[in-house]
Formats: sequence, C-alpha cells, structure tokens
Amino acid sequence: MSKPEVEIVVEDPNPPASDSPAVATTRTVDVVTSSLLLALAALLGFDNWRTGMSWDSTGPQAGYFPFYLSVILAAACLYGIGRELLARRQASPTFVTRAQLRRVMQVFVPTLLFCVATQWLGLYVASFLLVAGFMAFVGRIAAWKSVLTAFVFSLTMFVTFEIAFDVIMPKGPLEALFGH
Amino acid sequence: MEAFGLLLYGFSVLLTWKTLALMMVGLVLGIFVGVLPGLGGPNGVAILLPLTFTMDPTSAIVMLSCIYWGALFGGAITSILFNIPGEAWSVATTFDGYPMAQQGKAAEALTAAFTSSFIGSLVAVLLITFLAPGIASFALRFGPPEFFAVYLLTFCSFVGLGREDKHKTIISMTLGLLLAGVGMDTVSGQLRMTFGSNELLRGINFLVAVIGLFGISEILLTMEERLALRGHAASISPRVVLKVWKELPRYWATLLRSSAIGCWLGITPGGAIAASFMGYNLAKRFSKDKDSFGKGRIEGVFAPETAAHASGTSALLPMLALGIPGSGTAAILLGGLMVWGLNPGPLLFVEHKGFVWGLIASMYLGNVVGLILVLTTVPVFAAVLRVPFSAIAPMIVVSCAIGAYAIQNAMFDIWLMLVFGVLGYAFKKIGIPLAPFTLALVLGNRAEDAFRLSMIGAGGDLRVFWSNGLVGSISTLALALLFWPLISAAAERMRSAIQPDAKVGIE
Repeated sequence: MSKPEVEIVVEDPNPPASDSPAVATTRTVDVVTSSLLLALAALLGFDNWRTGMSWDSTGPQAGYFPFYLSVILAAACLYGIGRELLARRQASPTFVTRAQLRRVMQVFVPTLLFCVATQWLGLYVASFLLVAGFMAFVGRIAAWKSVLTAFVFSLTMFVTFEIAFDVIMPKGPLEALFGH
Repeated sequence: MEAFGLLLYGFSVLLTWKTLALMMVGLVLGIFVGVLPGLGGPNGVAILLPLTFTMDPTSAIVMLSCIYWGALFGGAITSILFNIPGEAWSVATTFDGYPMAQQGKAAEALTAAFTSSFIGSLVAVLLITFLAPGIASFALRFGPPEFFAVYLLTFCSFVGLGREDKHKTIISMTLGLLLAGVGMDTVSGQLRMTFGSNELLRGINFLVAVIGLFGISEILLTMEERLALRGHAASISPRVVLKVWKELPRYWATLLRSSAIGCWLGITPGGAIAASFMGYNLAKRFSKDKDSFGKGRIEGVFAPETAAHASGTSALLPMLALGIPGSGTAAILLGGLMVWGLNPGPLLFVEHKGFVWGLIASMYLGNVVGLILVLTTVPVFAAVLRVPFSAIAPMIVVSCAIGAYAIQNAMFDIWLMLVFGVLGYAFKKIGIPLAPFTLALVLGNRAEDAFRLSMIGAGGDLRVFWSNGLVGSISTLALALLFWPLISAAAERMRSAIQPDAKVGIE
C-alpha cells in the first residue's frame, strides 16, 4: 500500500534564472501605481464637480457620490505614497526581476498582438495564430504538434460558440469565405 | 417543513436530462479549472460564464455553481499530490496533505479532503435551505434605507475586518465604486465620467473587469514562476475510502468546528481562505497531539477542507437572500443573474421559485455527484497537469477574450479586459486586495440608487438611516465595523490600564 507510486514530472523548458537582477522594487511600483490612481482620482473628481456635486432638495446630484469617492481615493493614495516614502530607508522586496519580466512579456506581448489580430482577422484565426505561435516559440513544442493543437482548439471553439451556443464572435475574411 | 416541500420542488425542476448533463459538464470543467495552476474558482466561473448566456437561468446557474463546486474539489488534488495549492484556500491543505502523500498515503489524504469538503458544503447547504427563505421574507419588508444600510455594512466590514492594509482596501473599494458609476446615472439620467466617449456610455461592465482581473492577471503571475512540477500519482481504491470513512466519526468535533467557522466566514465577507487557515489552526490548538500537525496528520486535512467548502458554499446565502455576495465567486454569479435578466434580492424567492430552489437542490446533488466523480477520476485529473502550460496559457487567453466580447458584443471590452489584466497583476503584487474592488463594482450602482431613493423619500434628511430600530441598528453596526480597528485598540488599552501586568500584544 505504501509503495512510492508513479510520479508525474513536468519540466520547465526555460525557467527564469533565480539570480536575475531586480527591475523594480515593490515600493517603486506601489508609489507609481498610487500616483497614477491619484491622477485618475483628480480627473474623475474634476469631471464630477462639473456634472454637479452639490446637494439639492431631493438629495445628492449625479456627481455627488463619485466626487466624494474621488476625494477618498485621492486621500488613500496620498497616505500610501507618504507612508512608502517615509519608509524609504528600509529595504523593499523585489517587485519583478529581469528574467521574470521577460517571461511576463512573453505572454503579454502575444496577448496584445492577439487582440490586434482579432480586430482584423476575427477571433478564431487570431486564436489559431496565438496558440500555435505561443506553443512553438515560447513553449518550444514541435511545430506539427503546435499547429495541430491550435487548429483543433480553434475549430472546437468555433463549433461550441458559433454553432452550439449561438454566441457571436468577431469574424474576419476567412470565415466570410465559408459564408459565416 | 415548508422548506422541505420547496426543496422537493427544486429537485423536480432539476431532474431533467438536460440539466443533469449540464451539471456533469460543469463539475468536470470545474475540477479541471481547480487542478490547473493559475486558474481558480472565480476565474473559471468568469471565463465560462459566456457559455451560459443563451441558456435559461436555471440551467445556467446550475452549470455555473457546479463549476464552482468542481473547482473547490479540484484545488485539493494539486495541494496533496504536488504541494501546489491550485487555490489560495487550499494552502492549508498542503500542510498535512502533502506529507501524507510523501508517506505513500496520498489516497487517504485525497479521500479525507474530498469527504470533508462534502461534509462542509452539506452543512452550509442545510443552513441555506432553512435560513435563506426566512431571511429573504424578512428582507421583503426592507425599503431603500434598509438596503443602503446593508450595503454600507458590507463595505464597512471589508475595511474594518480585512487583513490587508486599510488604505489599500479603501483604494480598491473606492476605485470599484467609482468605475461602477461610469456611464448613465440611473436616477437623473445624466451622463458622468464618460468624457464624450460612446464606448464608456455603456459603463464599465463588471464581468469584463473580473475576467481581466482574475483571468489575464493570473496568467501573467503564473508565467513569472518556474513552471516545473513533480508530484505523486494516486488512485483511490474503495478499500481506502471505507477505511477513511470509518475513522470519520472520531473527528466529529473538528468537522463540526470547521463547518461552523466556514459558515460564519462565508456569510460575512471573510472568505474561504481565512476559513481554511482558521479551521486548521483551531484544530491544532484543540488537539492533544499538537506536534503531529504538519507531519501528515489526517485531521490536518479534514479541518481546512471542511471550513473552505462550508465557507465557499455559504457565501451564496446572502447572495440569494439579499442580493449581496459573500465572496468573489458569489459576486460573479450575481453578475450572471443580471445578465440572465433576473433581479437579485429577496424577491427572487417569490418571483423565481424554480430558479432559487433548483439552485439549492443542485447544491445537494452537485456535491454528491462531485464527490463520487472526484473519488473515481483522480488519476485522470492529476494527469491534466502533464499538459504543458505553454499550451494552456494561450487557450485561457482566448477563452477570456471570448468571455469579454460576448457580454456586450464590443471589441472595446477586449481592450478593457487587457487593461484590467495589467491592473490586477500590479494590484496583486503590491498587496491591493481585489475582492473589495469586485464587490464594489457589482454593488456600486445598487448602493447609490438605494441611497438616493431614500433621500428622495426623506426629503434629503440623513436621519432616515436611524429612523427605526432595524435600519438604525444596521447603520450603527456598519459604522462600528468601519472603526473596529480603532475600537478594539482602545478596548485593549483600557484592559491593560486596568490590569497593568496583562500582556498587551497577544499574537
């Protein structure tokens, strides 16, 4: 009963190096994010002030709630920024290392390209390109396997959504060729 | 025994071949989602939501909730066999589950995990069956001020009771409330925060945000790590199942305690993650043999799994009875209700009996079928992990895009999803919690409407929130929870002033 059973082993073809230098600390990203949110709060606050943020006879106007929410958001961001800057002397953990960032970009850039491609080629062709490309170039899986998997996946999605469930997706020239 | 009759009615709604088939599909997809690293319950439900858009609401919710049960079951498989928690609430399961697997007792650990999950959710479903109708019929008397007070209570308890930095919870929540307000103001019909854009006129869709925040960002986070894994393969024999089940009565106190913790934290926005850790820690504290925890003790698997499942299930209680989700996943199911054209809240129990009782009946049936399914098919699902992540990742991206587009047939939403993906990645890494954002985004408009309707009713007088005992006590409780950290600190100081030798900083 207690024999060491069969093991499942999956290897990572190109793992991120553990000694890679840090690109940013968590503190830097925290301050940058909070500053961006602060700017957003200012923008939204201004827009709601324009819409009307006062209190008339029937209660608050349309901009009342969002205006004060912007104020609270701005205050919380300022507090966060202040706290991080005051604690500057202490070391902050690494937000992302260079090797990690490269890996994240390996997914993010293809995803971005996929969104662009969806606009021109339709979702199904774009998804074929994404799956095949990602498997072959990032995952270093044999080309025929990648292309076959991508084709089967895209076709399954097409049949599931367009035909079985009637959920309409953006389509491009290829689908038009088949009369969809 | 009115609830019992209604439950039977629920089963009659459920027992059609189509619904049962959808239930199985949901469970299998859910376990799949739970097993895969980088995908969890909320992500799975959010990504698969578009499949249900053209279904009738009852079939849709049965399938979605089964995805959720499946994900809860599936999380345990990777925790025990690979020491990789597929879900945050499975982390506590790895403490004793993985050592058991190393000692060659993987089958026992898995059986224990599945069985205790089943018990936890059964307790929670019983609670829902007998408590939810009562709460809903009580809430039927609620007017806008009462509803606003309840929403306020939900928001305040997140700030007051959350474990994250307070200002980060506030950032997350106000951002969610602000984005909920984008578009047409429902009371006055005015446009706000649209900056003249036609795309923003529709507002920022909750589900698009969720798919980005939970789906895309999770892919980015997973890619950061080394994706190699090594673990045990296991199959469960009936003999092992019976052996574990025979031991079960000995741990009745642990099971009961964990169920109670889970139900409580599920109804209040504490969540399954907190419940699983609390269940584990309390089991350890009450145990006579504390040192054996963490070294492969079966009780250390029972305790967190029961609590996590009880919490995950009971989070649906406030969603059904009041229209207020108790967890991120419940919030997504609530978003689903709106897509299917149902209005969440106490009226559901009156206007859509078939839907509500069908859902409750499916919780019973889904958990029984789910238990049998996982006990028999563990090797198949463990093998899913052999599929390389570089094949899974792009497929998840495509599913996310399909989901985001399908909600409003808008290409803009795919871009919005991408933005939320990056935002979610950054938020998770700098410690801004996503649950308050999710909740605020789904409840924001309803809370604001409730406030403004009460103001119109009361002629702009804020005292309406203390106008009767009920609304007054909810409002007061909300404010007390908001300032809870200050109140408890003050109480602590007073106690140490009375007893100067008492320890102040109790861990």
